[in-house]
Amino acid sequence: MSDVAHAHGHDEHGHHAHPTGLMRWLTTTNHKDIGTLYLIFALVMLFAAGSMALLIRAELFKPGLQLLHPDFFNQLTTMHGLIMIFGVIMPAFSGFANWQVPLMLGAPDMAFPRMNNWAFWLLPVAGILLMGSFLLPGGAVAGGWTMYPPLYIQGGISYDLTILAVHIMGLSSIMGSINIITTILNMRAPGMTLMKMPLFCWTWLITAYLLIATMPVLAGAVTMLLTDRNFGTHFFNAAGGGDPVMFQHIFWFFAHPEVYILILPAFGIVSQVIPTFARKPLFGYASMVYATASIAILSFIVWAHHMFTVGMPAAAQLFFMFSTMLIAVPTGVKVFNWVATMWRGSMTFETPMLFAIAFVCLFTIGGFSGLVLAIAPVDIQLHDTYYVVAHFHYVLVSGALFSIFAGIYYWLPKWTGHMYDETLGKWHFWLSVIGMNIVFFPMHFLGLAGMPRRIPDYALQFTEFNQIATVGAFIFGFSQLIFLAVVLKTVKGGAKATSKVWEGAEGLEWTVPSPAPYHTFETAPVVK
Amino acid sequence: MSLAQTDKYYLPQPSIWPIVGSVALLFMAVGGTMLMREIDHGGWVLLAGMAILFYMMFGWFREVIRDSEAGRYNKQVDSSFRWSMSWFIFSEVMFFAAFFGALFYTRVLSVPWLGSGDTMQQLWPHFQAAWPTAGPGLSGEESHFTPMHAWGIPAINTLLLLSSGVTVTWAHWGLKKGARGQLILGLALTVALGLVFLGLQAYEYHHAYTEMGLTLGAGVYGATFFMLTGFHGFHVLVGTTMLIVMLGRSIAGHFTADHHFAFEAVSWYWHFVDVVWVLLFVLVYWLI
Repeated sequence: MSDVAHAHGHDEHGHHAHPTGLMRWLTTTNHKDIGTLYLIFALVMLFAAGSMALLIRAELFKPGLQLLHPDFFNQLTTMHGLIMIFGVIMPAFSGFANWQVPLMLGAPDMAFPRMNNWAFWLLPVAGILLMGSFLLPGGAVAGGWTMYPPLYIQGGISYDLTILAVHIMGLSSIMGSINIITTILNMRAPGMTLMKMPLFCWTWLITAYLLIATMPVLAGAVTMLLTDRNFGTHFFNAAGGGDPVMFQHIFWFFAHPEVYILILPAFGIVSQVIPTFARKPLFGYASMVYATASIAILSFIVWAHHMFTVGMPAAAQLFFMFSTMLIAVPTGVKVFNWVATMWRGSMTFETPMLFAIAFVCLFTIGGFSGLVLAIAPVDIQLHDTYYVVAHFHYVLVSGALFSIFAGIYYWLPKWTGHMYDETLGKWHFWLSVIGMNIVFFPMHFLGLAGMPRRIPDYALQFTEFNQIATVGAFIFGFSQLIFLAVVLKTVKGGAKATSKVWEGAEGLEWTVPSPAPYHTFETAPVVK
Repeated sequence: MSLAQTDKYYLPQPSIWPIVGSVALLFMAVGGTMLMREIDHGGWVLLAGMAILFYMMFGWFREVIRDSEAGRYNKQVDSSFRWSMSWFIFSEVMFFAAFFGALFYTRVLSVPWLGSGDTMQQLWPHFQAAWPTAGPGLSGEESHFTPMHAWGIPAINTLLLLSSGVTVTWAHWGLKKGARGQLILGLALTVALGLVFLGLQAYEYHHAYTEMGLTLGAGVYGATFFMLTGFHGFHVLVGTTMLIVMLGRSIAGHFTADHHFAFEAVSWYWHFVDVVWVLLFVLVYWLI
């Protein structure tokens, strides 16, 4: 058939020794290996971007400039945002998807194992481009994670690197999403109909759809930035007939669905954890599916609520205000369903359940402050204040990040074959939940009092709440070392986990041994 | 060549190609940035990255073609390919949507805003909003250009691409009824039409730059014109390359009447590029 020598000499049947050491991880086509890589990457980036947050909070402990040059402060806020979103939350969810989707569907692996590898190994490339720019003349990007022109057109070399890093991360997300969608649509075990799928798979199916629909739009937006910077175009320059606000429209057309990309998989994880520890099936499964889909559809018609202060016709403000408030309806359906699942359940409070319950309570606070910000006249007061910072940290820290913690504690025994240390887990939970609220709750008051975000210095009257927030930040930040310790301890050893792990657990992943063998469901199970 | 179908979903061995691709993109990003920032040797780093990328694509696709010809892809794998190609094309649609969105936003909203009300009074009181425009505030060469009209090369290019949609379908019919001559001829014609299209577009760009003053810098009209037609042209180039590969494989005897998704994927892609062109022809060239 072909006279070209085979590059790697593996024969037709391919049962030769797998590469070991570093090469195993570089070349792996196994969904569990790749899931682990994603999760390790996210953990490393969590500490990197978390350290940036602590530097920010240290500077803000007192008014005046103490520790950091203002431009470096701006670099930290920008990179903290970019890395937490693209380097922590999204890769962590992809890690969960890689590990769990094939296990939950009874599939032998992801649909495209080689592309799966590439989707991961693009992330370190983007990470090098982003983090490496700290070392370059002029430092890292300092124009905010939202990349608005004209700042992003004026900046130096790190801005080009960041734009290209965004392209590469987009490529990674699109390939990862195509893989996940195809796996879910085409690789389910016989009898696993769509409406029998675990909710985690549903939320990822819809998340992947959002990613494929919006990542290319972001790529288009940053491409226009790149050509405005380097090739003389005038997309975002009014003198040439362009408009800087146009970037914001295109960007938020991506970035509002993006915030649901950051939360829908969290909904999925919590919807797996709560029924297990309430020992009741998920209340309102079908309505959960429809609510997830509704949120996804609505996410495409609300983007300009991020831009109420840039100037737009009043009719547009009203439209975006009401469409945004509409999202509270399907979100409310979800919150009530989780509460109803726990209602009269035989509840126990292991660490995953604690994080899931904290998620329900605290995410709801973030949802409510979002509803406040949706009201255009209120938003005009609160725009770019610490109220906004408080809002999105409630949905992203106590929302997305807490769901990741819940998921790790929930599935780590399945992945490693060992139980984690419950005492340490509870310490991690309580310190995190208390620390997190000490950091972010006072920020509501700061914002309402008028403290602007993204500045290294502030007026005297904001001092007390800032000091409280900084103390909370250090409690929250350092308690993540407990998490690191728990994970390392569990990987190395600990009590043997049974294949079911949790008494109330349901689903195919609990039918395979713990730790899950390297290859699972090579012969598809039959789901009744 | 055996096409024995197995009932197991094919799971490939560990592969070196993805990490080679990552290295390639790292070189390309660093080299491209160096080139844009005018740092020495940026072009060489970029070229090295592109060379690695081509090496990766050659190796990776060769592996996939071997797997396919060895009959490792059963019906379920074929179905995965169909889903994934559909979603990939959807992502491409959204990529073009960003630029069509920019065209819509400037033409319908922001340019009229610049030419009316307080914005006009305070910024450029003499600006008359109309399309095409290089905007109110550019000086010198960038502000003087002749717009590109539809009924010359663009109309011919429309005919070429629409005809190529027909020839690729005719080739597909040939493949399905086992007429390999028809398959090869149809593909060759499609490739030829694609190449002529690219040649004409290159001529059009040259003409625009040298004689019409129409450049990337010619305000938002020039920017949207070149960005939309440029990305489309790049897609035609990629599509033509893929068609050439399909032509080579057809001559080498690959594909059977009921197992030829690579060919179908390329033809889907080609039709997508075709549809984008029709939109471009109407919205960028015709309605000005």
